[in-house]
Amino acid sequence: MENTIEKTRLERFLDSDVWHSFKNSPVAIGSFLVTLLIILSALFAPYIAPHDPFDLAVIDILDSNLPPAWELDGDPRFLLGTDDQGRDILSTIMYGARISLFVGFASVIFSMIVGITAGLVSGYMGGRVDAFIMRIADIQLSFPAILIALLIDGIARGIVPKEAHEEVAVYVLIFAIGISGWVQYARTVRGSTLVEKGKEYVQAARVIGIRPGTILHRHILPNVMGPVMVIATIHLAIAIITEATLSFLGVGVPPTTPSLGTLIRIGNEYLFSGEWWITIFPGAALVILVLAVNLLGDWLRDALNPKLR
Amino acid sequence: MELLNIKNLQIEFPSRRGTVLAVNDVSLTVRPGEVLGVVGESGAGKSTIGNAVIGLLEPPGEMSGGNVYLKDEQINTLSSEEKRKIRGRRIGMIFQDPLTSLDPLQTVEQQLVETIELHLKLGPAKSKEKAIDLLRQVGIPEPEVRITNYPHQFSGGMRQRVVIALALCAEPEVIIADEPTTALDVSIQAQILELMRKLCQEKQVGMLIITHDMGVIADITDRVAVMYRGNLVEEGTTEKILGDPDHPYTKSLISAVPRPDVRLKRFPMVDYIEKEGERKKLLDISTHWLGQARDFDAVEGPLIEVKDLVMTFVTKQALLKKNRQMFNAVDGVSFDIKQGEVFGLVGESGSGKSTVARMISGLYTPAAGTINFGDTDLTKIKSEKEMDYYRRQMQMIFQDPFSSLNGRMRVMDIVAEPIRFHKLASSNAEVEQIVTDLLDHVGLGAQAAVRFPHEFSGGQRQRISIARALATRPRFLICDEPTSALDVSIQAQILNLLKDLQEELGLTMLFISHDLPVIRQMCDRVGVMKMGQLVEVAETENLFKDPQAPYSKELLSLMPKLDKLSHRGLEVEED
Amino acid sequence: MVSFLFKRLLQSIIVMFTVALIAFSMFRFVGDPINNMVGQDTTQQERDDLRERLGLNDPVPVQFGKFIVNAAQGDFGRSYKYQVPVSDLIFARMPATLELAFVSAILALVIGIPLGVYTALKRSGIASKFIMTMSLVGVSLPPFLIGILLILFFGVILRWLPTFGRGEVIEFTSWSTGFLTASGLKSLILPSITLALFQMTLIMRLVRAEMLEVLRTDFVKFARARGLPDRLVNFKHALKNTLVPVITITGLQLGSLIAFAIITESVFQWPGMGLLFIQAIADVDIPIMAAYLVMIAFFFVLINMIVDILYYAVDPRLRADDE
Repeated sequence: MENTIEKTRLERFLDSDVWHSFKNSPVAIGSFLVTLLIILSALFAPYIAPHDPFDLAVIDILDSNLPPAWELDGDPRFLLGTDDQGRDILSTIMYGARISLFVGFASVIFSMIVGITAGLVSGYMGGRVDAFIMRIADIQLSFPAILIALLIDGIARGIVPKEAHEEVAVYVLIFAIGISGWVQYARTVRGSTLVEKGKEYVQAARVIGIRPGTILHRHILPNVMGPVMVIATIHLAIAIITEATLSFLGVGVPPTTPSLGTLIRIGNEYLFSGEWWITIFPGAALVILVLAVNLLGDWLRDALNPKLR
Repeated sequence: MELLNIKNLQIEFPSRRGTVLAVNDVSLTVRPGEVLGVVGESGAGKSTIGNAVIGLLEPPGEMSGGNVYLKDEQINTLSSEEKRKIRGRRIGMIFQDPLTSLDPLQTVEQQLVETIELHLKLGPAKSKEKAIDLLRQVGIPEPEVRITNYPHQFSGGMRQRVVIALALCAEPEVIIADEPTTALDVSIQAQILELMRKLCQEKQVGMLIITHDMGVIADITDRVAVMYRGNLVEEGTTEKILGDPDHPYTKSLISAVPRPDVRLKRFPMVDYIEKEGERKKLLDISTHWLGQARDFDAVEGPLIEVKDLVMTFVTKQALLKKNRQMFNAVDGVSFDIKQGEVFGLVGESGSGKSTVARMISGLYTPAAGTINFGDTDLTKIKSEKEMDYYRRQMQMIFQDPFSSLNGRMRVMDIVAEPIRFHKLASSNAEVEQIVTDLLDHVGLGAQAAVRFPHEFSGGQRQRISIARALATRPRFLICDEPTSALDVSIQAQILNLLKDLQEELGLTMLFISHDLPVIRQMCDRVGVMKMGQLVEVAETENLFKDPQAPYSKELLSLMPKLDKLSHRGLEVEED
Repeated sequence: MVSFLFKRLLQSIIVMFTVALIAFSMFRFVGDPINNMVGQDTTQQERDDLRERLGLNDPVPVQFGKFIVNAAQGDFGRSYKYQVPVSDLIFARMPATLELAFVSAILALVIGIPLGVYTALKRSGIASKFIMTMSLVGVSLPPFLIGILLILFFGVILRWLPTFGRGEVIEFTSWSTGFLTASGLKSLILPSITLALFQMTLIMRLVRAEMLEVLRTDFVKFARARGLPDRLVNFKHALKNTLVPVITITGLQLGSLIAFAIITESVFQWPGMGLLFIQAIADVDIPIMAAYLVMIAFFFVLINMIVDILYYAVDPRLRADDE
């Protein structure tokens, strides 16, 4: 008899307002599918990409700067044309998205871990610890994320020997973008923690004798995750943009393993000579990805906070 | 002649789980100089009536039937611009919370003059004169000076007076007041109600007052309409409805109202309202885990002894210690609680009564003073481990059933948490058995264990809280306003449950409430608090019959008079 | 008022101090300053002399003290690459960046705030939905890509507007302005739009969210219940209350314009501080990086002070604390 009342996680999810709102939002479904498509094609790029743009044996310099297949000089082998080194644009986009998404997700996770921990501790402990963490956050907020990422990258260049630079570049980038984003999480989590801390279920746990660590982890954390997920989605879009921007500025990932931003940077040099496809297609891929993620984030925020609609 | 005439009003709220009929075929009339009360518990649909009349129903709510007439003129069919002209000018509105009803960035003068000029077209100088006059009428001292103040410079009660002045400033024919005193303390409530009553009669204004509070109804209304789940169940003169109700819902509602004048053995079972509150399967306490040998130290004398307790809050931070502004929320409070006794603390908001409870339970650390539990001074205990021993013996029930349970945990885990933490059972199977027994015992039924808090009503959640508090097998229970967020009928059930448990388990209790009638029903002895100090401690019955401190006398005199209420079917406790 | 400002000033000093500490640490501990300053063929003796002359053998706190004293006078040492004082480089480039940021800030505010108010008031209208969707597209377009697209369209295809540099500038002692020449103004158009677009969408969405929040409050409901017309309720009561939180965040956003200019300057080869900075990163020219960091922090602190004073003027609840 109890089983009829007890709902499984799936059943609860299917009955939730979030799922219901998702089902009825074509924008949410569409952007979810687009995001999924891009993630999958990036993930399986080595298997599904028409060419391997990094296999020097396959690349032919004679194929360089070919326009898209439907243009007059196009070559049906290269749907979206080729770049200056004869690499297939479609394939470089798929491989580039791999790097962009990897850096994006990794830096979001990094930010989340740092930010949530700082926010929970700051909100729950209060007093000096809180003042200290929030002061750091305030100072960091004085600088846009892009500047902090640039600085960290610049410092890393000063510390890491030149030979090793290319190898660590991606990790430096993840650290730089990740560290520049933690404040958002910390502030939100701190705010929610202050609210949750004042609620009576936390006081009840304290009266029972539950220790602060357990209270934070078991009681407060699950209750502050809603807004965190919204920020994380939007932050993913920002992280991808930041990565692209840094790579575009020439301080991101090295050209040997290009991300979408690197591809746009490379193509930008050919913009004036009329080879627009080298820039525009990676740019379009980037915008579509970021827009899809942003639409998802926007929908999620409304779905979790029905008042705002 | 009728001033306001609501005919067959129907209001719907469409939602994805089906359309909710918030108001179903309700007809009401208000005459000049008359106060009509609309009373009902939460979900009765009473607030939407007021909003529908002035044409400000919040979407997705919509008026799906019926008509509203103001002096023979049908107003529900008017254009939105014509409706706007009626609002404020002919129908005034007063909302519940005076703290949020005024624009914080505009002075009282700006808000009053703006409204007066708009409706009466008096010109700036005349408007200001009238505004000052209005403030004087609603009892604001030095209106010429205070009119230039911003809302935050007024106290809650004073702000509600400003709100009333704003509602009255265009001399409307009808006033709709939605829970006008719910956010205020009893002493201020009495003043505001008296003011409203007086203004209503002087100006021959008709008033529709919407409330859940029988005290307000008894104090101010001429006629009462009782609502239950969107339906008007009974209407009549206040005397008749309170003294001799016909409808079973009204009867059970009235029998659930705590009496200020007599002490009852129990509240009568109000079976009309909620059936799941019945305790079907009771445990045999003598053999069950819950009642089994308690390994507590025997205590001679009082179980709890509080001495010279002080709690200080910083009200204004400053870099230098000497510049900090401190405020003693609790200032030298001493009392004791005997074993098996229910000790009450009563006082208005800000009196420090909850702070005392929080210090005893260990949520706050007192600035000074001692808290003895038996022979041990709890303020001297340093180690968490040692403190756990006392935490287990001492549990707390909170005010707000919607925030006192973690919404992400199943009821099973919520109630089991204290048992697991204090290792009070040997196996997981035993823990689960105990939790199901506890849930049965508080009248929820074992199947509640697998569900989440949001699937329960406020009263049911409070039962879960009680089950959780019992799960450490405490000997001392602190109840901090345990029923003030609940409807009266639910309150009666929860108070009955607490009384039963106290008796069965021989619990010692500290019972905090702002509500004197509730205190009278629950407590053996009571302390009256005012601004952080204990002004009187007395046997409950003595306090009500012969209060000593001037403040106790004042509080008692401000208690709503409920002598009109029917006494039928009540069991009065003998002295 | 005085104690309020004093408190803010103290906070600003703490911010500047921290930033100075970071800048100093970069300068002192990232790589060896001496190696960066001298050529390969410098002898050990010469290096040691330079080290002594620059005070690099002093205790670190003393060095930091000197660094702060110098920085306060605008002296950040010499650029490793250009071998001229960093302050000269920065001040020569500053007008370009400030003019660009100023025009963008005006654009972002003048367009962003009204759009935010409009979409909040008519939130179910078709125009509002369109604007909201466009604003999402706006935040999804990386600024550098916006720049590239504008260049492609207005520069390469239509050939209407210049795509790089500041055009002709007129010098006033140490300030060079592009505001007074036709080519200078034309050159400003594309970069300032690029820089403004992202901030504009952010400000618009922020104003909309805050306004919706205020429109739900009790006092707005009570104002309507008093029969006040929509115009009064929306613009006198709701908008004014919206501005209180908007001022703070907008201030922060505008402060970041100066730093965001890095990207725009890089796309349009705009000869401002940002372009200098990005080149400094590629060259690991630490003194320029450090000076730029301190510079940005200073602008931020300045803007914040102004915001605080505005805040104080708008909200009577803050003023009340003094009494």
